[in-house]
Amino acid sequence: MSVFGYLIRHADDNLILSHRLSEWVSRGPELEEDIALANIALDHLGVARALYGYASEVEGMGRHEDDIAMLRTEREYTNLLLTEQPNGDFAQTMVRQALVDAYQLSLWEALSTSTDTTLGGIAAKALKEARYHFRHSSLWLVRLGDGTDESHMRAQKALNKLWRYVPELFESDATDREMVEAGVGADPAAFRPAWDDRIQSTVLTATLDLPDDIPGRSGGRQGFHTEYLGHILAELQWMQRTYPGARW
Amino acid sequence: MSYSVPDIPGEEQPEEIGTSGEAGGSWPLWEVFVRQRRGLSHVHAGSLHAPDAETAIQNARDVYTRRVEGVSIWLVRSDQIHASKPEDAEAFFDSIEKPYRQATYYEIPDEVGQM
Repeated sequence: MSVFGYLIRHADDNLILSHRLSEWVSRGPELEEDIALANIALDHLGVARALYGYASEVEGMGRHEDDIAMLRTEREYTNLLLTEQPNGDFAQTMVRQALVDAYQLSLWEALSTSTDTTLGGIAAKALKEARYHFRHSSLWLVRLGDGTDESHMRAQKALNKLWRYVPELFESDATDREMVEAGVGADPAAFRPAWDDRIQSTVLTATLDLPDDIPGRSGGRQGFHTEYLGHILAELQWMQRTYPGARW
Repeated sequence: MSYSVPDIPGEEQPEEIGTSGEAGGSWPLWEVFVRQRRGLSHVHAGSLHAPDAETAIQNARDVYTRRVEGVSIWLVRSDQIHASKPEDAEAFFDSIEKPYRQATYYEIPDEVGQM
């Protein structure tokens, strides 16, 4: 069962982040950026699907990936709080994305050598996408930070605002420890040095200030969320709940 | 993604690309050339807007190669391309009176065999 839980938490990260990014579609600052955001949203959705599909197999109770993705309650979602934070302005979306991308780079790299070969395969594919995602988000962070006074101010504000959700990325819980012992999972605490390198050098190049370490907010992995997840789920789930089993 | 580079007879000149201002003109225009396979030349795929070269390559990946269409991308600022003028068309391209410039003008003697 903890393999199931482990797959679900990472699937949830990607589903919720994908939904957030998809909110930009038709609202991107430029057509090209609109396409890029939709591409990245679809990449995350693809990873979520692969993980939900495999989780449903592991669970072996005949639940379809859609049932798992769409028909749980808020407390049953175990995504990181950072992934559910609102898009805000373009700077806030890019900062959120860079923080998550830098984390996922380490995550997928570690999981690609998982003893669970299915998870390893999903991670190896996701790693390639994460490299492109981070390239995109870090590139934008540099341009916003080292851009105009206005863009610099907005990027710094977003960084300060989202910094409280950073410590949660590196928290290990019982599920993580069990998965590490089984050789299936990776210890999030071990991701921190590489994450610091990536984010610090990007933030420096962007002429932004790294926020001071502040007490973090966490609870996502235990199903305790910020006020935003409920609203996301209402939008995500209404179709499945109104027309159960609806198909295209 | 407007398309405005080559001068085509009868076409109106595109408005100058600015670095700020009205929609679509806020970022400079770039021409995208994609090499489909090793051994082939880069072929013009279209154009896009981007604030700088690095972003342009990133955008080109999203717009023109997301279905694995290529192995290499070239980007050129559209305003850096020099094109022939419509009024040069006659001097540059009109060789109808000189059929001997076409390979098909010449007959190959049977003795030559397969070429």
